[in-house]
Amino acid sequence: MWYELTSDQQLLRDTTARYLADHVPLDRQRKQRDSAAGFEPGYWTGGAELGWIMPLVSEDMGGGSVSGRGIVDLSLISYEFGRHSAPGPLVDCNVVAGALHMCGDVHADALEAIMMGNAIASFCLGVAPWQHGGEATVAISRQGDDLVIDGSVRPVESAGQAGYFLVTGRSDGGVTQVLVPASAPGISVKNLKAIDVSRKFGAVSFEQVRVPESSLVGAFGQAEAQVIQQVHNACVMLCAESVGAMESAFAMTTDWAFERYTFGRALASYQALKHRFADMKSWLEASHAICDSAADALADGNSRAAETASSAKAYIGEKGVELAQDCVQIHGGIGVTYEHDLHFFLRRVTLNRLLCGTPADHRRWLASMQIDKEMAV
Amino acid sequence: MSDGIEPVGEFRTRAREWIKANLGPMQPWDRTQHCKDDEEELVAVARDRAIQRKIFDGGFAGICMPREYGGLGLSPEHNRAFNEELAGHEYPSRFAVPTFNPCASTILEFCTAQQKGAHLPKILKGEEVWVQLLSEPGGGSDVAGITTSAVRNGDHWILNGSKVWTSRAWWADWGIILARTNWEVPKHQGMTVFLVPLRAPGVEIQRIVRLNGESEACQEFFTDVIIPDSERVGDVDAGWTIGTRWMFHERMGHNSPYVTYPSGMSLSAGHEDSPVAIARKSGKIDDTAARELIGEHRELGIVTRALQGRIAEAATKANKDMSAIDRLFRGVASVRRSTIAFELAGAGASVWDEEEEAATDAVGMNFLMRQISCIGGGTTEISRNVVAERILGMPREASGDKGVPFREVPKGPKRA
Repeated sequence: MWYELTSDQQLLRDTTARYLADHVPLDRQRKQRDSAAGFEPGYWTGGAELGWIMPLVSEDMGGGSVSGRGIVDLSLISYEFGRHSAPGPLVDCNVVAGALHMCGDVHADALEAIMMGNAIASFCLGVAPWQHGGEATVAISRQGDDLVIDGSVRPVESAGQAGYFLVTGRSDGGVTQVLVPASAPGISVKNLKAIDVSRKFGAVSFEQVRVPESSLVGAFGQAEAQVIQQVHNACVMLCAESVGAMESAFAMTTDWAFERYTFGRALASYQALKHRFADMKSWLEASHAICDSAADALADGNSRAAETASSAKAYIGEKGVELAQDCVQIHGGIGVTYEHDLHFFLRRVTLNRLLCGTPADHRRWLASMQIDKEMAV
Repeated sequence: MSDGIEPVGEFRTRAREWIKANLGPMQPWDRTQHCKDDEEELVAVARDRAIQRKIFDGGFAGICMPREYGGLGLSPEHNRAFNEELAGHEYPSRFAVPTFNPCASTILEFCTAQQKGAHLPKILKGEEVWVQLLSEPGGGSDVAGITTSAVRNGDHWILNGSKVWTSRAWWADWGIILARTNWEVPKHQGMTVFLVPLRAPGVEIQRIVRLNGESEACQEFFTDVIIPDSERVGDVDAGWTIGTRWMFHERMGHNSPYVTYPSGMSLSAGHEDSPVAIARKSGKIDDTAARELIGEHRELGIVTRALQGRIAEAATKANKDMSAIDRLFRGVASVRRSTIAFELAGAGASVWDEEEEAATDAVGMNFLMRQISCIGGGTTEISRNVVAERILGMPREASGDKGVPFREVPKGPKRA
């Protein structure tokens, strides 16, 4: 990722890399494909101790980041997650932690449990900022002193393991977010099969789920801006993960090109393939660049943050998958076997392309930003 | 007086005040360098020379050039500060590339003190506009395969041959040329660099008309042109060493510390309408597919800039070949962007009204010229070779010219 890291950032990245290599090597993940969580107990709390779920939370609330730029540090962790195709709801837990941290003491207990790795929180986006209002799948309304949630979200990461759901729904006059314990009456979770080996998903439905006003995250009907911020944070983490996965797939395929001989020559000696490697290298470098740039823009909170985050999500969403599929092609038949490691990275970039807005969603979002900008002139 | 370097902050403040007081707002000419006809072009050239002189007289020319040649001897950070302050202002765009870079940067690196003294101050004063005489009709990407020859005759050389794709040579003053001086050694070992005045007897310059009607590029024909040995750069037959550095400077383009130009300015060739304006005109602005294309166009622009920043950072860490990635990406992204504009325009791209658009700015014409972004300044195929071979370490392509005297290198089936 960055060319210049502080020594603390390097330590965070290297510690995370070592931890992932020790605890979730691909051979182990390959065997655990049918486990419910996708990882062994202790893995998540151990990772939390390394600071995985703290960077978006301020120090006075028990969080903190090594560089003071939380999303940048998180992108380093996410990158290692991608490189190792690591399991666990890193993105969701951080997005929710970042959201709760804005609420002062109201959700302090939940926040602490999430940061410690003792509870998993999932991001249930029942209405997304790039959608039109009519596409909302969750409604949140007021009934007396309570709030009532109706609808469903699919897919939801780690739905079956979650202790909390941060639910986003449409309300009269705007968007509302509430934090709901997974055990609340009226919530049902259905576990689903998913394209990633180690990240688990489910569908969550809410039937007349009644929660007190204190469950609100932000003000009723006024959560639009905070949801956008959360989506941007998620986009940067997903992108950084994908860049890590692209890097692993590309490195593996480059090695293959030197080792594999055909017609008496290494694959790496064929110009037709060299040119494809060059294209892939350019996508990979561009992906690094735009991902870093998005993390920086978000950390700075500058006016380019929205455009940069959507550009990253659209570009890496598209090229991540193209690169991984090209790696499969260059490997030949072995590239689609379960025994080979390549599919872990193909799965990871494919999944990340789909979560929190596809390239097409983000391009339409970029277009509306651009149209607004040109109308204003 | 002390030799202490002026702090960048103070320099910036001084530059800002001077620019505000002396330079007007940016003109269309500064952005694209396209003029409607030769007459307007010559007016633009005269104005650029005058602005360059004004910058020289104001004490801001050649920020990174040594003082003994009329420059300021300051750092790239000073130049960057000046360029940032220059944003939005008129500037001598025709001097930026190729005069300051790669011509002046190559002269500075390889010429003798006498040669530098003869040319660099004149460049800084706006008196000499330079071009690079590199590509030849016989081959674009294979630069070292040049056949323009210089033959020694006592204290001078006799130049014969032709160079091509030289931007705006028809009104420029001097050129830096790579010529073959030895045919009996392998191709990289028999070239020499010279400085040549474009008004010298025997130099004929023709315009090349591109398919869009624009004709800024030229072809030069050299017939028994006499070049004094004092205009030779570096040792005889050592031209390739200079050539590789020259081409490195060329790849740096406007990012070179020797170039003065307003930061953040888009250097795209035309001033085509924005995708939003194109889609509005074609009635597609509310179409979902059109929205995706508009977003993708914007995305590619933002990613291109981010990548440029990353590559520039890598370049400071001695990884020079990384610029090939930038070149490849920009070429491909630009092709995609002109295709998007073309898609958004629909049938409207096929026709235009001279009142609305100059021919060279029309969406349809830009689409016809689309591949230029993957050809000019070294093709993307060559960039791909550089990335694969020099960055990824893959085996070099087989070639028919290694270790063979240049005279014996196959040059085509029709060769007698």
